[in-house]
Amino acid sequence: MKVEEKIALDAIKNDRESHIKLDQKICGTCRERMCIPVCPGHLYSLNEETGDMVVEYAGCLECGSCKIACIYKSIDWDYPADGCGVQYRYG
Amino acid sequence: MDKVDAIIVGGGLAGLTAAYHLATAGRQVILLERGDAPGSKNVTGGRIYVDPIKDYLPGIIAEAPFERHVVKEIITVLDDDASVQLEYANDRWRSEPYMSYTVLRATFDGWLAEKVSEKGAFVIPKKKVDDLLWEEDRVVGIKAGDEEIGAHIVIAADGALSFMAEKAGLRKPLEPRNYAVAIKEIYRLDEKTIDDRFGLQPGEGTANLFVGAITRGMFGGGFLYTNRDTLSLGIVVGIGDLIQQKDPVAASLLMEEFAARPEVQRWIRGGELKEYAAHIISEAGAGGIPKLYTGGMLVAGDAAGFSLNLGLTVRGMEFAVASGAIAAGVADEALAKGDLSAAFLSRYEQKLKESFVLSDMETFRHARDVLENKRLFTVYPKFLSELLAALFTIGKGKKEPLYTSAKAAVRKYILNWEGCKDLFSVRKM
Ligand SMILES: Cc1cc2nc3c(=O)[nH]c(=O)nc-3n(C[C@H](O)[C@H](O)[C@H](O)COP(=O)(O)OP(=O)(O)OC[C@H]3O[C@@H](n4cnc5c(N)ncnc54)[C@H](O)[C@@H]3O)c2cc1C
Ligand code: SF4
Ligand code: SF4
Repeated sequence: MKVEEKIALDAIKNDRESHIKLDQKICGTCRERMCIPVCPGHLYSLNEETGDMVVEYAGCLECGSCKIACIYKSIDWDYPADGCGVQYRYG
Repeated sequence: MDKVDAIIVGGGLAGLTAAYHLATAGRQVILLERGDAPGSKNVTGGRIYVDPIKDYLPGIIAEAPFERHVVKEIITVLDDDASVQLEYANDRWRSEPYMSYTVLRATFDGWLAEKVSEKGAFVIPKKKVDDLLWEEDRVVGIKAGDEEIGAHIVIAADGALSFMAEKAGLRKPLEPRNYAVAIKEIYRLDEKTIDDRFGLQPGEGTANLFVGAITRGMFGGGFLYTNRDTLSLGIVVGIGDLIQQKDPVAASLLMEEFAARPEVQRWIRGGELKEYAAHIISEAGAGGIPKLYTGGMLVAGDAAGFSLNLGLTVRGMEFAVASGAIAAGVADEALAKGDLSAAFLSRYEQKLKESFVLSDMETFRHARDVLENKRLFTVYPKFLSELLAALFTIGKGKKEPLYTSAKAAVRKYILNWEGCKDLFSVRKM
């Protein structure tokens, strides 16, 4: 099963606004892109056309790993707004 | 500003236990939890040991909604295409009082939150705390959205990322080397199938731990716990190692490969995937503990770095319960005295040192130095697997005497300078 399909099983309420903001200037100079392998949801990718880093915040599992992994401090990360984000039914 | 006695940030085990004690002591308590309900944002392995926490949840622990009591431990050491499994069962664990239980946090935290409400504390879900309120150098409440609530004392129990401890200037920035990412999958399987498959009587459970090739030489390991009618399967990998890979392999792929191993499939086969979760774990041990108090505020549980990775097990839930209770005790004393100064609250640290929380963290201060050794995840699993391959393989050629095969494997993997250093480093644990 693909990661997207796994995340689709979770109860997630989408916030309208992303709780993860990237500084494209910093990402533009980052060669390692460690946010990509670290994210359990595989939510980070490079948009080949625009050259921007993209994060599909709607599938975020709120682990915070990307924030810790990005040593260049490009990631401005907060918890989703009240009542939004993932709601684990088992945990 | 009007002030309530205490505000607790976070409805995990630490926050709920603190709220339980303060409410029992007759204090006005407001607990704010960002999730839809306490437990809805929380992930654990997990297994919880009863003895360390029973005095901190007096009376109610007997009614706790545990999943299964653990009666055996299975350790699987994996090479790329071979594995060794060790099973340890102990008859004493089969009779009450049981030593440890598997748990699911949505259920467990939900239950504890009900107990807290019964004691008269306000448990308010869907409320994310954004900031602390200050009067000079003292915390005097919190901010959540546009709302401000004053409190004589704030207990930050907001988990491993603790923005509250950060905002109070108590913890250092989060460093990759100090954290691991954990991915966990829940599989549904009926109760009877679990009993039969794992060789259990109704109510009994196992803790299965996996180490070796599954983390591709990186710090970490896997776990599989039996719940009543689900299995908790997960992998833990050091973030520091993940980001230093030459050919990066995604954490999600490691999880996929792990679940596909025959050593795991034999347990989860036919199970229906119900949930995919992720969380971080502090790996820093005693070295990662922030300052635990400031004027008007105490930090408890994962927020205070109270978790220990001992290689095969992660311990954090007992620390969360104990530190929450101890924080509540100190807060109650401070409220009674009317002294919320940092100087008075410093006794929190003293009490933690007298309890198992800081003494266990101290005992295993050097565990990480040992566990960070990559050879644990590569060389030793290979050694074991080659030794057993030599023992069990029969082919056409002449079979070497066992002693010769064993000697060769030992020479290749163990009897060298690195092996010698490893042996000395293990004494630190
Ligand atoms: C995969 C995994 C396996 C583990 N296995 C085990 C195990 O087998 N045994 C064991 O003992 N320990 C284990 N641990 C560790 C254990 O789960 C933790 O130590 C424990 O959950 C910590 O409890 P806590 O109450 O401190 O934090 P948490 O359970 O993380 O609770 C923090 C709470 O605060 C809330 N919160 C955070 N910020 C805010 C905010 N700003 N406003 C409002 N609410 C907020 C969160 O939503 C959450 O409910 C494991 C951990 C993981 C991730
Ligand atoms: S988020 Fe951080 S790690 Fe990812 S590309 Fe940008 S700078 Fe690099
Ligand atoms: S918080 Fe976790 S799941 Fe969400 S984007 Fe970051 S790494 Fe991915």
